[in-house]
Amino acid sequence: MRHENWNGFADGNWQNEINVRNFIQTNYEEYRGDGTFLEGATKRTNALMERLNELLKLERLFGGVLDIDVDTVSSLTNYAPGYLDKENEIIVGLQTNKPLQRGVNPFGGMRMVKNACEAYGYKLSRKVEEEFMYRTTHNDGVFRAYTDEMRAARKCHVITGLPDAYGRGRIIGDYRRVALYGADRLIEEKKKDKKALEGCIFDEEHIRLSAELFQQITFLEYLKEMAAMYGFDISQPASNAREAIQWTYFGYLGAIKEQNGAAMSLGRVSTFFDIYIQRDIKNGVLTEKKAQELIDDFVMKLRMARHLRTPEYNELFGGDPMWITEALGGMGEDGRSLVTKNTFRMLNTLYNLGSAPEPNLTVLWSKNLPEGFKRFCAKVSADTDSIQYENDDIMRPVYGDDYAIACCVSAMKLGKQMQFFGARCNLPKLLLIAINGGYDTSSKIKIGPQMPVLDSEKMDYDVVKERYSVYIEWLCRLYVNTMNVIHYTHDKYAYEKTQMALHDTDVHRFMAFGIAGLSVAVDSLSAIKYAKVRPVKNEEGYITDFEREGDFPKFGNDDDRVDLIAKGLTHQVITELRKTPAYRNAEHTLSVLTITSNVMYGKHTAATPDGRVAGAPFAPGANPMHNREENGALASLNSVAKISYDDCRDGISNTFSITPDALGRSTEERISNLVSIIDGYFAKNAHHININVMNRDTLIKAYENPDEYPNLTIRVSGYAVRFNKLSREQQREVIIRTFHVAL
Amino acid sequence: MGKVHSIQSLGTVDGPGVRFVVFLNGCPLRCKCCHNPDTWDFNAGSEYSADEIVGKAERYREYFGKTGGITLSGGEPLCQSDFATEIFMLCKKRGINTCLDTSGAVLNEGVKSLLKFCDRVLLDIKYTNEKHYKENVGMKYESVLKFLGTLEKMNVNTTVRQVIIPGINDTEENFSELEKIVKMHRCIDGIELLPFKKICQVKYDSMGIKFPFSNICEGDIEKIKLIESELKAKCFNN
Repeated sequence: MRHENWNGFADGNWQNEINVRNFIQTNYEEYRGDGTFLEGATKRTNALMERLNELLKLERLFGGVLDIDVDTVSSLTNYAPGYLDKENEIIVGLQTNKPLQRGVNPFGGMRMVKNACEAYGYKLSRKVEEEFMYRTTHNDGVFRAYTDEMRAARKCHVITGLPDAYGRGRIIGDYRRVALYGADRLIEEKKKDKKALEGCIFDEEHIRLSAELFQQITFLEYLKEMAAMYGFDISQPASNAREAIQWTYFGYLGAIKEQNGAAMSLGRVSTFFDIYIQRDIKNGVLTEKKAQELIDDFVMKLRMARHLRTPEYNELFGGDPMWITEALGGMGEDGRSLVTKNTFRMLNTLYNLGSAPEPNLTVLWSKNLPEGFKRFCAKVSADTDSIQYENDDIMRPVYGDDYAIACCVSAMKLGKQMQFFGARCNLPKLLLIAINGGYDTSSKIKIGPQMPVLDSEKMDYDVVKERYSVYIEWLCRLYVNTMNVIHYTHDKYAYEKTQMALHDTDVHRFMAFGIAGLSVAVDSLSAIKYAKVRPVKNEEGYITDFEREGDFPKFGNDDDRVDLIAKGLTHQVITELRKTPAYRNAEHTLSVLTITSNVMYGKHTAATPDGRVAGAPFAPGANPMHNREENGALASLNSVAKISYDDCRDGISNTFSITPDALGRSTEERISNLVSIIDGYFAKNAHHININVMNRDTLIKAYENPDEYPNLTIRVSGYAVRFNKLSREQQREVIIRTFHVAL
Repeated sequence: MGKVHSIQSLGTVDGPGVRFVVFLNGCPLRCKCCHNPDTWDFNAGSEYSADEIVGKAERYREYFGKTGGITLSGGEPLCQSDFATEIFMLCKKRGINTCLDTSGAVLNEGVKSLLKFCDRVLLDIKYTNEKHYKENVGMKYESVLKFLGTLEKMNVNTTVRQVIIPGINDTEENFSELEKIVKMHRCIDGIELLPFKKICQVKYDSMGIKFPFSNICEGDIEKIKLIESELKAKCFNN
């Protein structure tokens, strides 16, 4: 099959089937140079950005939310077209009809929408409330099915942050398909898939699939309608770079109008766009300056994406994130890197538009990436603190060379795999519940198997470990069952029509579990094993504190005695999870990632045997506890690198802050050293690293005078935030984290 | 076996690239600008074998890239030259780049055999006259020149370092003397002028001793950078 809009592209399988990877592989041009070709922002870009910055300032002044449309339920065609500056925009489309105005999306849950409106001084309209009075939301469905035990686990925060009151997110539509094939071809293929079901036995699985395909087709039609409202016909393939970006963006825009999932990631579009840009440049219809302008405008649109959240939600996921994650670089299976000029252009937006947390730019790092690109990334990191790195050399063997990252660290093949997001369980709290024989002292709730309190003068490692295992087994079973409930109801009441229409019909599913407080749990076990830990009981006979005698090895010092406890614990958790089957035959995965919820998790957790006091924050993700690292930065990295990616396929997040002085004396040295550090860390088979190059003083100043640092961006845990969008508590936690300094 | 004060897994300012830095215990000097008074004591520190040190360094090999490696600092590593030699011999066998951070205070047969295994020496020429050395260091100026002569003879790549202390060596005479020294020695291919800092004050306080230079202001980093690049241009660009 050929289409005239494909003229100039090399032929391949991609023409006969939906196969964006094949299109990229047969058409892209690797770029091995440096960033000197890049262009700055044009006058038009600067003017638009100025307008956007004004709005962002207003948004801040209004307490974080500029405006809410309380009368319209968010969906693809429910808003009139919106613009930042209609005459001057070259990529168009807003979620609602005004920039930064948030829509209401009650499909996931009505209560959350009402509370969110009220938190910002608005009231949800009667019309919307009435519309949903006779409608079951995802949230309604979940709570009908939850057992008492699931509710108790949720209430005492041993499992928290569950997506049971809003969209689950972490699904990436292959938005590139809209540009490459046009909506009509996608509809045609989906119709074929639906037709093919005729031969099947219509059991529950196939009935559901048949109904889902119907919805997917309907929403592809809506997507066309939505684009038509902006004056574009997306039924056919994009014919040039501007259209390719616009069509792709429409795909993404449709998804975020339909769904308010926590993480609404973009995928891997940069190299795909480069093919169109190169074609236009060759045809003499585009210049480098204009190409950069297109990307700048596209990124500006992404930076305007918003969802309406409650203050409780912000406590978990601070900074108003959308996780518009774009995966950059990586290697192809044929040995060429997937770095193109457009990969550079995407990073260059951090200079042209200023540093910012969104899109969540994620470099898929390989030891074989071109040197020029590595150095450019390191420079951008040092200048903007806005990018993160993930190890392509350990992900590519699992996911091939056309995967992307959902949220922070969740890899999946684009258009072929999706995940059921599952928040995280609190391992230190579980340890305390185990020691107390099924009682949580901070919430005063009895939960789990009921046993006597472990009481002895000195805690015995083997006894504690055995007891912990019993509770890990219990929790993992409960955790899988809870997730099954959530995703069953989400599929039923809030299925992702647009995003799943941009997947193959036969899709592989992951169920992504998570753990919080790993380093606290591990150091606690190490304290019990290597020091003398004496439990302290309250009047009711429950253990609420611990006394220690002697030192013990701490995670973060490249000491196998404790690091192997971390490796063993993560292995144990995933092994237990796998024992309970997951909904829709999903494959169980595990992450060590907290976002900013480490603060909230810590707040609800009593004192732990490692010496952490009651209520103190955990370290984020897989980070060692702050200021327990005594042998410097690389020792800390080595400890985290020991956690196996095979056990934690949903990602192992490490956030690394270093002062400029500690990276070297000159800019050149700092860049080279940063490249060496990333190369070294990933050669150790580590998975992820967030890099901040800054001084603690800057953060303290920004904490004291937030208005003077409106754009200060910092990577926290798998994503970046504007520092001043964090809660005061979250800001304090970020400040006390370890900064590796020069001696 | 040797006495180790501490280990820093990431060093980027003591030698080229990313370095595993081992601080050895014991120093015969009492420099008034010393920023590691906690390393003076010959009897303090933990006992390590050379094998153990190199085994630890191995764990960071992936981070070293093309230029990084191990650096021995101190204290004065020349005072444990046998231990240092053993470490560097093992490193050379395993292909790990070696760098020695020293004041050049000791020169004997042990030190000479250590120098054979140094890929680079960072030589701290603290001042460029006898008076300053006598007042502020407690060693002879000629000793450091003699040490430098040995480096030249043995052809060891050398970076000359100097902490610029306001009111003492931030003078024209010092910089032109330094220029002369660099030009006279072909083994010198690097110059680092470091600003005087007082973050070590807390160490002195916790040890209950006086920081002799506590009344001197910290150096102006930008100005020192400028002088360094001018000096480099004069010495190396011809």
